[in-house]
Amino acid sequence: MKIHEYQAKALLKEAGVQVPRGVPIFDLDQVEGAVSELGAGTVVVKAQIHAGGRGKGGGVKVVNGLDEAKKIAGEILGMQLITHQTGPEGKEVKRLLIEEGMDIKKEYYFGIVVDRARECPVIMASTEGGMEIEQVAEETPEKIIKEFIDPALGLRPFQAMKIAYGLGFEGKAVRQATAMFMNLYKFFEGQDCSMVEINPLIETGDGRVLALDAKVDFDDNAFYRHKNVWTELRDLEEEEPLEIEASKYGLSYIKLDGNVGCMVNGAGLAMATLDIIKLSGVEPANFLDVGGSANTESVAQAFRIIFSDPNVKAVLVNIFGGIVRCDRIVNGLIEATKMVDVKVPLVVRLKGANAKEGLKILEESGIDATVTARGGLTDAAVKVVAAFK
Amino acid sequence: MSILVNKDSKIVVQGITGSQGMYHAQQCVAYGTQVVAGVTPGKGGTKMDEIPVFNTVDEAVNATGVNVSLIFVPPPFAADAIMEAVDARIALIICITEGIPILDMLKVKAFMKGKNSRLIGPNCPGIITPDEAKIGIMPGFIHKAGSVGVISRSGTLTYEAVFQLTERGIGQSTCIGIGGDPIIGSKFIDLLALFEADPDTEAVVMIGEIGGSAEEEAAQFVSDHMTKPVIGFIAGQSAPPGRRMGHAGAIIEGGKGSAAEKMAAMTKAGIHVVKSPADIGKAVVEALGK
Repeated sequence: MKIHEYQAKALLKEAGVQVPRGVPIFDLDQVEGAVSELGAGTVVVKAQIHAGGRGKGGGVKVVNGLDEAKKIAGEILGMQLITHQTGPEGKEVKRLLIEEGMDIKKEYYFGIVVDRARECPVIMASTEGGMEIEQVAEETPEKIIKEFIDPALGLRPFQAMKIAYGLGFEGKAVRQATAMFMNLYKFFEGQDCSMVEINPLIETGDGRVLALDAKVDFDDNAFYRHKNVWTELRDLEEEEPLEIEASKYGLSYIKLDGNVGCMVNGAGLAMATLDIIKLSGVEPANFLDVGGSANTESVAQAFRIIFSDPNVKAVLVNIFGGIVRCDRIVNGLIEATKMVDVKVPLVVRLKGANAKEGLKILEESGIDATVTARGGLTDAAVKVVAAFK
Repeated sequence: MSILVNKDSKIVVQGITGSQGMYHAQQCVAYGTQVVAGVTPGKGGTKMDEIPVFNTVDEAVNATGVNVSLIFVPPPFAADAIMEAVDARIALIICITEGIPILDMLKVKAFMKGKNSRLIGPNCPGIITPDEAKIGIMPGFIHKAGSVGVISRSGTLTYEAVFQLTERGIGQSTCIGIGGDPIIGSKFIDLLALFEADPDTEAVVMIGEIGGSAEEEAAQFVSDHMTKPVIGFIAGQSAPPGRRMGHAGAIIEGGKGSAAEKMAAMTKAGIHVVKSPADIGKAVVEALGK
């Protein structure tokens, strides 16, 4: 789960990490209050969306005085901000962070993620602050300091100090940087983050070390440990409405750009189904894994969600019954047809547990569906392409 | 023959009195698997069907001599359940549970270092050696005993591959779902080595997916150490970057972990890579020259 920069900074501040003073605003009426609260001549207006590259996209501007702050805030709030992570349509800016301007002496990169191959958290730090770490890794990998962390012990002070010296901090800044790294790791672990990225982390002219930007991702699996806080932090406006709807029923749904709706059980089979649809020359409209604990109700909701996407011109149902038995899926389909009018062709492939029972119920239901011959996967794709064209 | 599990495997089910644990323990028994003990703290001394239930894994091991554990414990307690099984010296631990926090799994892996237990999963369908032992949640009837090993990060896609083999009269030595999480107990390379050493396995199907670099590591291993043919498929060729495709581990991050990269590495290593998931069975037939 992603959160906004201003939310991440508030949490980090609580965790003892120095951040610039800032005020989040949701409306232009709040600009004046924010600027006067900060009491600074120079402020930074930062678009708050769940995507990186905001600066390059024109969503971050340094301004002088209230008038300019109002003008720029007016331009950014409500704009469609396009970055390399938003896709071509961009994302509407609905929140801003107004922050005090900083006297930046030096910029650094600092990030914590899980290294899947080594099976431990890893800190990556670099003197190339403000650049994408992927780009630094590609072009000048020698500039990245990596420190692997024992998951049982956590970050040790000597490791934090190694990073601080490695980045070239001097004098009293070393102690500040070390303390910041320790607090960042404590935060990463305590808040079940999958990523904490400070880019840039800065040293100011007067020798202070601060997190100028903050990107925090939480591990969704740890939701049960942070229910109250995470529920409050979640910004539903940053998410696809159909995906929010699907998550209420325990469905894993991702909206895509094509026209063939997909209803599948199991993430691997769902991905493979998208692959075969694409290989057949058409584009899938969605990824949908109905999940292992699906019941008639959630299956019916899954169908309703697929049918409610206006781009869907045909639907492929691909079920390999295991924990979720095929007859349950067909019963869910029958329930769904009571809720919505099915106007697009349906191709159904049922295999595995209770496939025969499922097909029998489907036939008796009178639902107009094409059933695949002997259950071949290729045949299913061919039939859905034919139905679509 | 087979790898990891066979008709002599003696199973303890951790979480046997929960609805999932109970149902699947019964299904495993119906397949002919020796489920000889269950564990649920607080329910020790009772029975599930005819299977004795213990409070701790340690008690179950001492009383029944089990050597394989099958875990259905809910996510908040699953990491601890795995560590309990490791502590009780269970040789093979299969964790079905989906949704364990990644930092908990990192602690589990650190705890397991230097100990002799092997973990399969979590977030996996389990292991089956057809006609001998089904230790997991897969539908047993689609399998057939034979000489092809199957390793996969997915559940239902594994069933799909197995079905394509059985349909063509090709049996399986052992089928293993290694799990869809970013941190798992056993990776492709661990199991490829076992299949290479198993005299009754003639070929191996490996089904990967986007995310991480386990398939690239496996490709290197195949190139260096495997003499048996390997047939591969990667799910998620059409997945958009930055999105988690159902599995916690299925995500293209920072441009890394894409299907194209994995397929290229596997092809280079001499693995028979198929583009379409419908061609897995056919490719095995061709690789075996039958």
